[in-house]
Amino acid sequence: MFDALRKLFGEKESSKDTARRRLQFVLVHDRASVQPEIMDKIREEIIGVISKYMDIERQNMEITLANGDKDNSVALVANIPVSRMKHGKR
Amino acid sequence: MRAEIIVITSGKGGVGKTTTTANIGVGLAMNDKKVALIDTDTGLRNLDLLLGLENRIMYDLVDVTEGRVPYKKALVKHKKFEKLFLLPTSQVKDKSSVNPEALMKLCDEMREEFDYILIDCPAGIEQGFQTAIAGADTAIVVTMPEISAVRDADKIIGELGRADKENIKLIVNRIRPQMVEQGDMLDMDDINDILSITCIGQVPDDEKVVTSTNRGEPVVGNEDSLAGRAYMNVVRRILGEDVPFMDLRKDSFFRRIKRAFGMN
Repeated sequence: MFDALRKLFGEKESSKDTARRRLQFVLVHDRASVQPEIMDKIREEIIGVISKYMDIERQNMEITLANGDKDNSVALVANIPVSRMKHGKR
Repeated sequence: MRAEIIVITSGKGGVGKTTTTANIGVGLAMNDKKVALIDTDTGLRNLDLLLGLENRIMYDLVDVTEGRVPYKKALVKHKKFEKLFLLPTSQVKDKSSVNPEALMKLCDEMREEFDYILIDCPAGIEQGFQTAIAGADTAIVVTMPEISAVRDADKIIGELGRADKENIKLIVNRIRPQMVEQGDMLDMDDINDILSITCIGQVPDDEKVVTSTNRGEPVVGNEDSLAGRAYMNVVRRILGEDVPFMDLRKDSFFRRIKRAFGMN
């Protein structure tokens, strides 16, 4: 309610909310960088799911954490070249 | 007796780790528990000062781990609380003087004699930290509502996880209620949400902490001090009581009057 009023009067985001947003952003990167094995796991599991439906070029695929469109947002970006679509099974 | 071994840690320095250790130790002793405080911040001895025991030290932790004296000889008994003991750290050696195995062995030896053993951990994530956490059953991570302190706490929580410590608790120290109310400071819920571990205390920034530190008498249990009451609540939660978090914002004039008349 208070926040809504603030926005209405064109006030800036409270410094607490900025702190929270920046922290959440930096912790995604911190946690991912100290545990590279988790990124490897994510990669393997994504390959597992996609391989059910498509043949992919594993050696050329890329999965990284990147900065998102908005300030302090994080995106998991996957670039997975597809060589062939499998026949759908019903 | 079989002591629960609790390490108090933070990552970042200056968030009130040693103050928290002293207050929890005194609070537990006030609740009739037999408590040993072990200072592992080798080279930067301070827990003795906060407890007012600085001129009673004969031996230190390194004397014990290197086998020069038995631990009982190095323990300093508190002046006021008979069941509270300090094992001070060395002021001349460095952090590599005590290794994890030596501290674990000492804790095992002391375990049968105490209800609680609190280990005050040095700042950082280097060897001193690894040594301090080695023998602990429970870790208390102290942080404060500041982005760098929260980030470092997150790092510490990760390190504790990698050392297979599962029982991790959080204390948010030095909260300034007025700033929280103005939307200019993270509150306990924000930090809890970001770090996602169980919070057992939120302690306001309180001048009485400074004045009591000056005197070498921890503020815990001082009913006139918000921080003193907050620390006692932490102690009660450690003892297993379910204590609601107090509302830091509204320690109004009226509430203090009410308390003075025993109506709160």
